[in-house]
Amino acid sequence: MKIFSGVPNINFMAQRKLGLIISAALTVLSIALVLVRGLNLGIDFTGGVLVEVGYPQAVQLDIVREQLHEGGYERAVVQHFGSASSVMIRLPPAENASSAQVSSQILHALAVGAEKAPELRRIEFVGPQIGDELTQKGSLALLFAFVGIALYIAFRFEGKFALGAIAALVHDVVMAVGFLSLFWVEFDITTLAAILALIGYSNNETIVIFDRIRENLIAERRSSVLDVVNLSVNQTLLRSVITHFTTLLVLTALFTLGGQSVHSFSVALIVGVIVATYSSIYVSTNLAVALGVSREDLLPPAEKEIDEMP
Amino acid sequence: MKPYASWKYVVLVLALVLGALYSAPNLYGDDPSVQVSMGSGDPMPADFSDIVAKALEANKLTSLSSGMEDQRWVIRMPSAETQLHAADVLKRELGNGYVVALNSASKTPPWLRAIGAKPMNLGLDLRGGVHFLLEVDIEEVNKKAVQRIVTDVPAFLRKENVRYTGRREAGSHGLLEFADAATLEQARKLIARNFPEYTLTVPQASTTQLQVALSPQEAKRIVDFAVQQNLTTLRNRVNQLGVAEPLVQRQGINRIVVQLPGVQDTTQVKDLLGATATLEYRAVDDGDAYSAAASGITPVGTELFYTREDRRPVLLKREIIAGGDNLVDAAATVDEQGGPAVSVTLDGAAAKRMFAFTERNVGKPMAVLFKEREVVTNYNAQGVAMREHRDVQEVISIASIRGVFGKKFQTTGLESKEAHDLALLLKAGALAAPVEIVEERTVGPSLGEDNIRKGFSAAALGLGLVVLFMAFYYRVFGLFAAAALLLNLLLVFAVLSLMQATLTMPGIAGIVLHMGIAVDANVLIYERIREELRNGLKPHAAIEAGYERAFLTIADANVTVLIGTIVLFALGAGPVKGFAITLMIGIISSQFTAIVGSRALAQLCFAKRPLKDVPVW
Repeated sequence: MKIFSGVPNINFMAQRKLGLIISAALTVLSIALVLVRGLNLGIDFTGGVLVEVGYPQAVQLDIVREQLHEGGYERAVVQHFGSASSVMIRLPPAENASSAQVSSQILHALAVGAEKAPELRRIEFVGPQIGDELTQKGSLALLFAFVGIALYIAFRFEGKFALGAIAALVHDVVMAVGFLSLFWVEFDITTLAAILALIGYSNNETIVIFDRIRENLIAERRSSVLDVVNLSVNQTLLRSVITHFTTLLVLTALFTLGGQSVHSFSVALIVGVIVATYSSIYVSTNLAVALGVSREDLLPPAEKEIDEMP
Repeated sequence: MKPYASWKYVVLVLALVLGALYSAPNLYGDDPSVQVSMGSGDPMPADFSDIVAKALEANKLTSLSSGMEDQRWVIRMPSAETQLHAADVLKRELGNGYVVALNSASKTPPWLRAIGAKPMNLGLDLRGGVHFLLEVDIEEVNKKAVQRIVTDVPAFLRKENVRYTGRREAGSHGLLEFADAATLEQARKLIARNFPEYTLTVPQASTTQLQVALSPQEAKRIVDFAVQQNLTTLRNRVNQLGVAEPLVQRQGINRIVVQLPGVQDTTQVKDLLGATATLEYRAVDDGDAYSAAASGITPVGTELFYTREDRRPVLLKREIIAGGDNLVDAAATVDEQGGPAVSVTLDGAAAKRMFAFTERNVGKPMAVLFKEREVVTNYNAQGVAMREHRDVQEVISIASIRGVFGKKFQTTGLESKEAHDLALLLKAGALAAPVEIVEERTVGPSLGEDNIRKGFSAAALGLGLVVLFMAFYYRVFGLFAAAALLLNLLLVFAVLSLMQATLTMPGIAGIVLHMGIAVDANVLIYERIREELRNGLKPHAAIEAGYERAFLTIADANVTVLIGTIVLFALGAGPVKGFAITLMIGIISSQFTAIVGSRALAQLCFAKRPLKDVPVW
């Protein structure tokens, strides 16, 4: 089976200025959105008490809120979690009590007037100071990952490519985080892991195209850089489509069957995978071209690598 | 086609066999079981199997097996009910010296266990339990260090006949005062030579004051030591609980993670983890304690305490002859009058100090100071955590030194239960610094089961879809890719099991995500083969070129992704780490399976056959 009967011949680079403008605009927009609206931070970041309870049958949130209100928990955030019969309750960390007390008080409040009392499925009691440390560590991890990746690309390819790749990584991460902010998807430590995984994925995309550009630049000595880039993107297009498709397949499986605890994870990655496809062409490659990648930049290391093949 | 090196087939078969062997234990499941260990950590008695057999027989219980497994006596029971029953029976029969706990013992057959194949650990989110994050009070560690400065250095100066006129703690350093600059200089040289771990500074405005502080390396070492010591102590305490597969692990500079699978009730655990009761042995000062208590001014080198029984003030010298961290062993016992007592054994250095001290001070009184600290965390209106320490410091006994003693002696003046608890605490080791619980999570067992089910079905569906798609799109080569993907999964599971990694929900998500990406290498290769065919290469040559040309691309991509993952692993905590591990192993193994594995299959199928076309179309 074939999607295209030959190498497609789409002039991707014709729209390269538009691509850069759109990407820049969306990036700025995402950053603004995150700054203004913020993120729906999970308990890992905010601290507080999280209680998950399971009912034997579906339960209405209004009733639960009413019960909690009666029990003295006015500031509780109540929402369904995964199914209509399980409820997640979040409390700010102002309650002056231990988790054992909180859980028994909440279970007590929920049992008032109910036919069947719910079962405690999970309780988390997290001090807000953890949030600071996680944020610091998370940002630090991102920074180090960027530097490490940039160094490797600069070493294996060329500095301009490294810049392009990093720009794409930042673009993808910002875009995914912007999406999470826009749709108010909960951002917890698992979501952070997804964002970090996205870096790997986005990078994979970029490298595959870069690799082909390098190969073609050396082989096709008569074509212009733009033509070579177009050719390379077209040559790798089918592979990209298929890989994104399989990745999206499993992410969709994870989203639908994996349960609430990996929802944000899969959403962040689904968005990220789609954005990474675009950015590998219109951000990383585009920027490397705009920076003036030339055939000469790539010649010396490429000769040597032939020997390293298996 | 060029022949494919036979060692590559050997490696591949080896990987398949080892992968299958080491991931197999995960399939066997668990037996409900009861585990027994000695509370003291001593080895089990030789006739233990008889004791167990008799106890079970008397209660008409039949066990599946009974024997030593991982330094614990494990009795496997046929069902959860008999497991509970057996645990009750054994608790009753064995008494206090043993720790009896419920466990689920893996059904992995002995021959697999013999080659070191074990199932993966399941994270709390997959089986339920409690999780604590403890923070070691570094301020307290530093305070203690400064206290040591103002006792050790002056003691040394006295010995060297250098006169100082004052000493006190001043925040992060100790402050010594001298009569004149010459004495200060003399002292400075002596201290610098004998205490290289201290940094000495003379404040600019003064010529008679000397600041003694810890050097940065020493400060770091002290904190490290305290956290390490607490880690050991907490491990001992957790072992007293008898929980199967507890996790006690350092995290970051001053945090310790404690995870207890299967435990739901946090109160008992918290009492045990946070307790900091310890004993200190100090000399009694003959100054007037009553006037000191009235005026609030204590003579130089002493501290004021009260006795437990009648709240009488007592002045004690600051120097600690032996403290909680010097105790090697402790046991509850009775003294000569039949009262409860704790018998303690000191480590070498403290035993020497004790010997020297008692030798010089026969007839003089020595006090035992009981110290306990509780940390209470409250949140103020802004939601900021406020820590409050509640210290209990009481003199529990003052006794005249009747003879010289060193290593082993008794402490009296306790209540019976207290003697028992204190002995346990002392034995499990004193905490070098107080700890505070900063994070606490409990996951119910049903949520764990739920998560496993969901993770498993998501993985199964994802895998099924990918395999179907690849077979549909690439035909035979798609099957090669699917085979490579399966081998890859097998290897990931094997390595995770071998590393005894803990599988969590994010870890499962990582594996699932990885399945989508792992076929990428094959897609790259197959698309390349198609391209080479289009470029006019003969089928065999196209296959070969496809594999060879795609190799560098795949390697470059994998290495960069690997760099990102390693950073994640190094800096991430908890679930992020688990996720990074699965991804890291996955990337490395897919580099191998996608290239060597699927190529070997292609070689086997097509190398000897004349091909008109490559069946990737």
